[in-house]
Order: sequence, then C-alpha cells, then structure tokens
Amino acid sequence: MGFENLLLGFQVALQPYNLFLAVVGIMLGTIIGVLPGLGGANGVAILLPLTFSMPPNSAIILLTSLYWGALFGGAITSVLFNIPGEPWSVATTFDGFPMAQRGESGQALTAAFTSSFVGALFAVILITLFAPILAEVALKFGPPEFFSIQLLTFSSFIGLGGGNPVKSLVSILIGFILAVVGLDIVTGTLRLTFGVTELMKGFDFIVAVIGLFGIGEILLTMEEGLSFRGTRAKINPKVVWQTWKVLPRYYRTFIRSAFIGFWMGFKPGGATPASFMSYAFAKRFSKHPERFGKGEIEGVVAPETAAHAAGGASLLPMITLGIPGSPTAAVMLGGLIIWGLQPGPMLFKEKPDFVWGLIASMYTGNVIGVLMVLAFVPFFAAILRIPFAILTPLIVSICAVGAYSVHSSMIDVWYMLIFGVIGYAFKKLDYPLAPLVLALVLGDLAENALRQSLIMSQGSVLIFFTRPISGAISAVALFFFALPLITPYWRRLRGLPAQAPARQEM
Amino acid sequence: MRAADLTTALVLMAGGVLVVGDSFRLGIGWSTDGPRSGFFPFWLAVVLLLCGAGLVVQAVRRADRRPFVTRDAVRPVLKVLVPASAFVVLIQVAGLYVASAVYMGIYMRWIGRHSWLAVIGLSVAFPVLTFLVFEIWFLVPMPKGPLEAWLGY
Repeated sequence: MGFENLLLGFQVALQPYNLFLAVVGIMLGTIIGVLPGLGGANGVAILLPLTFSMPPNSAIILLTSLYWGALFGGAITSVLFNIPGEPWSVATTFDGFPMAQRGESGQALTAAFTSSFVGALFAVILITLFAPILAEVALKFGPPEFFSIQLLTFSSFIGLGGGNPVKSLVSILIGFILAVVGLDIVTGTLRLTFGVTELMKGFDFIVAVIGLFGIGEILLTMEEGLSFRGTRAKINPKVVWQTWKVLPRYYRTFIRSAFIGFWMGFKPGGATPASFMSYAFAKRFSKHPERFGKGEIEGVVAPETAAHAAGGASLLPMITLGIPGSPTAAVMLGGLIIWGLQPGPMLFKEKPDFVWGLIASMYTGNVIGVLMVLAFVPFFAAILRIPFAILTPLIVSICAVGAYSVHSSMIDVWYMLIFGVIGYAFKKLDYPLAPLVLALVLGDLAENALRQSLIMSQGSVLIFFTRPISGAISAVALFFFALPLITPYWRRLRGLPAQAPARQEM
Repeated sequence: MRAADLTTALVLMAGGVLVVGDSFRLGIGWSTDGPRSGFFPFWLAVVLLLCGAGLVVQAVRRADRRPFVTRDAVRPVLKVLVPASAFVVLIQVAGLYVASAVYMGIYMRWIGRHSWLAVIGLSVAFPVLTFLVFEIWFLVPMPKGPLEAWLGY
C-alpha cells in the first residue's frame, strides 16, 4: 500500500515545475546555509510569504528543498572556512578543516556531501516506511494524547538540550505567553493586549524567527568579528570518484551515524547532539582514534551523516503528528496552517498527494542537492568572500522584506528589530532560542488540546495520566523534566564530576 | 554577565506579574464551557515567576565576572543596529525600495568604503530585483513612498 502512495508522490515531485522549484530551493538554501545570519529556519521564514500564492504541493517542495540546501551549505563553510554555518556542523570542522588545510578540501567536501546524502536518504526511507504507520496510530489520538506529546516535545529541550534547564524552561514559557497575546478564538476575548490596538494581532512566529535567528545572529557575528580566511575548494570529478571509492570502507560509521541521527532527530533539537554523539562514537570505535581531529575522513563522515539523518527525521513528527522536531520544521508547520491545511495525521487521509509529494520530493531533492553542491562548490564558497559591508545591509534588507511581507504590516518590521536585540541578548546569556520559537508556533494548538482535555475530564489533570497512551507519554515527559534535577545526584553516585560539559542547542 | 542575568530575570518577573494581572481580569477559573481565557496564561506566568526567582538565586550564587559585552565589542554591534533602526524608520517615510537603496548605499560607502560603482550598482540592483520578484512575480506588495506614487504605483 505504501508503494503505490510513493508512486503517487513521485508523480507530484517529478512535475517539471516542482523539479524547477526543488532546484531553486536547493540553490537558495545552500546560499542561505553558507551565509552567516541566515540559517535554515530563517530562510524558510523569509520565503514563506512568497508561497502563499503557490499550490501547497509545490510550496512545501520549495521549502523542504531550501532546508536540504541549508544543511549542505553548513558543510561547505565548516570544511573550507572552519566556520560552522549551523550548530550541527560544528563537529564537521574538527576533521574537515584540517583536511582542507592539508590541501584535501575536495576529499573532505565530497565525503561531507556524500555522507549528508546517505544520512538524509536513510531518514527518508525510514519516513516512507514509518510515517503511514505512525499517522494511523495518531488518528486514534485525542486531545489528551496530543497535549502529552507537546509536553514530551518541550520536556526533551529541558532534559536533553544541555545548557541551563531553567533558562530552557523560561524560553518555552516566553514562547507560549507571546502566543497567547491577541484575540482568543475560543472565547472571543482580547488577552494581554493592555488596550494597545497593535497587539491585537499578536506576534507572528515568522517575524520572531527572522528577528531572533536573522538579526540576532548578525549582531552576534559582528561582535565576534568577521574574518573569512578560508582555503580554496579544489574539487574535480577525479577527486570525487577517488573519494567515493574510499568511502564504502566506512560503512559501519555510516550505518551507526544514520541510526544515531534518526533516533535523536525526531525529538526536537536533535541534530546537534546527534552530530557530536556520532563523532564521539566514530572515534571510540575507530582503529586509529588518535588521527581524529587531525584530518580523518571518518571524522567528517560521522557527524554529517548523523546531522542529515536527524534533519530528515525532524520532519517525521511534523507530517504525522503536527508537532515539529526543529525550528525549521516549525516554520514549515506554520506554512501548512497558512496554506489552509490541518497539520496532523488526517493529512494522510485527506491530502495524500501533498504528503506523498513531500516525501517523494525528499528523495528527488537530495539527489538534486548532492549533485548541485558537488558541481557548484567554488561558487558557493565565493559567497563567503563577499565583504561584510555588503552582506550586512543585504541580509538586513532581506530580513525586513521577509518580515513585512508576512502581513503587509510595518509593525512587524519593528518587532523583527526588537526580536533581533532579544535574540542577541538571549544567545549571549545562553537562553536557547529554538524552544521559544516552537512554543510560539504550537501555542494555540497546545492550549486548545489542554482546554479540550480538561473539558473531557471536567477539570482534572489526571486525564493525562490515566489514559494508556497519554499516560505513557506524560510519564516520559515528566522524567525528562526531572532529568536536570536527577542528573547531579546520579553523577555523584557514580563518582563523576557534577557538571556535565554543557552544549548549547540552537 | 551577572548584572545582565539579574536584569533579564527581573524583567521576566515583571512581565510575569503583568500576565498574572491580566489573567485575573480574564478569569483563571472554570466557566460553564471549560477553563476561562486567563487559565492558560495564568499558570504559564506563575511558572515564569518561579523560574525568574530561580534565575535570581543562580545569578547571585554563581557570580560570572565576565562583562556582558566589552566596550570594544559593542561598537561593531551598534554599527549594525543603529543603521538598521534608521533603515526601518526610513521605510516608514520613503517606502521599502528607496529606503533599502539608501541604506545599502550609505552602509557600503561609510563602513565598507567600497567604490562608488559597486555602491551605486548594488544599491540600485537590490530594490529593483526585490520589486520584480515580490511585486510583479509573486504579487506581494511592499511599503511604498512618494517616489513610487510619483511613478504611478
């Protein structure tokens, strides 16, 4: 049954117009991934208003292609410039940059792109197999189950995200509170507007994403000082072919990293820890662990495979449950709502062409993507050589255009600027931004699920624990919430240092 | 860092108090058809207040002596932030196309000291390209000013 659906999907994904959009999306996405201050989430947010007039099937293909492109782009800057364009490509710099310094940039890039491709393909195959099953199960979910899943989503930021758990929780709360601002559709009352008419519309998550990730990131990059002294990309078909002949040797690393990536990835914020974890595992199981960090090709393969597998996996909960696994997926989910689609398991029944077109486009998008980046690496690398006095006003202008076009409203451009300053301050003070965005996107859905559940139970919160599925999920969520409290004692018990090395998650 | 951490925590708590206040106005309890409008924000704000208090304790106990931002580092940040704010003000007066041309031109010339050719070329190319993509191709209108009115848009 799955096979016919996939065929239907390929009929959508292989339409010339959609293929063209995939190429455009990957092109733009890679540029966005290379540029500082324009990540995947931000790029998708800026382009989202352009898709309002497109058919949803094509729109989602454009946006997912952009996402793949951004993932590929991160690898280019890591290897050539030692600058991780995205947090999940930090681990790629460990061995990618030393390889490039040795003059093996071609090998490193080929390995990175190929690993990305393999990781993503692995994730897409698993999505093809499991998405329909998960959606089928999710069809039986009621409001309590959905609320529990939301709880799980946010608890994993606190329990697994690293960093300061109180600050993660604060980010989540701010996101939810901002989502409350404006008209309450259920009761028709205005909330938290304090009589200010401008606040009636509430805060749009697209504007928040553009400000927090776009403007905030630029301010941060400026403070750290820009210096893009990178190595040249030396890549030609011969190098690619030779590297491809070597890579199958690392099949164990590929498989292990892909599993780590997928497993971590469908939970929020998973891509970055997945890439570090898979790097650590590759080093642990390697015959030459001492070569890691000095330009070992396996050290590029492991994090890239995991990061892309995680990036793919983060789309699984989005299409099956309507819960995004990453900020980028959150923006796409917002797009679904704007295009008039109801995210969640019903999509598989009501819009099979949309869902399967999306899944099929993940195959085509990755094939197109790996070929394009291999062919155009020197071009993409040249983008980073553009002086910052040109890049900065360009990126700020693009962000302003994106923020304005969401509602054709000037106040959004001001919000963008304010969110930019908040994003800068929060980044410096180690408040994670991803949970804030996710909470802002999911706010209404979460509140409705909570309301309906409480109506079902006549006000008792026990409903989240007495229903079997909901209870199990809530229990895991509570465990994650409690994890930061438990961990110090656990570590003391085993005689380990109380503080785990903190890793800030985007 | 400590001062910044404390300030943030206090601002958050002040925000929490505001939200709690408005939630009481909306009603935090139960009406005939389920929880009232203030129910959800009230509990969010209560947890936020607790977190804020926790952050204050953390900041006091774990003194981080590093400054939030050094005097040297704040200059480049302001060099981006101030022109960007001026740009947004200008959009309101002159529309997005003119504003982005002026903004890009001045920034490239003033900060980057690029040649006039590059400055004029890019600061004209960007608004024209934006116009073609957004206004013509995707029919997404941008804010316009006197120049566009004079040209008949």
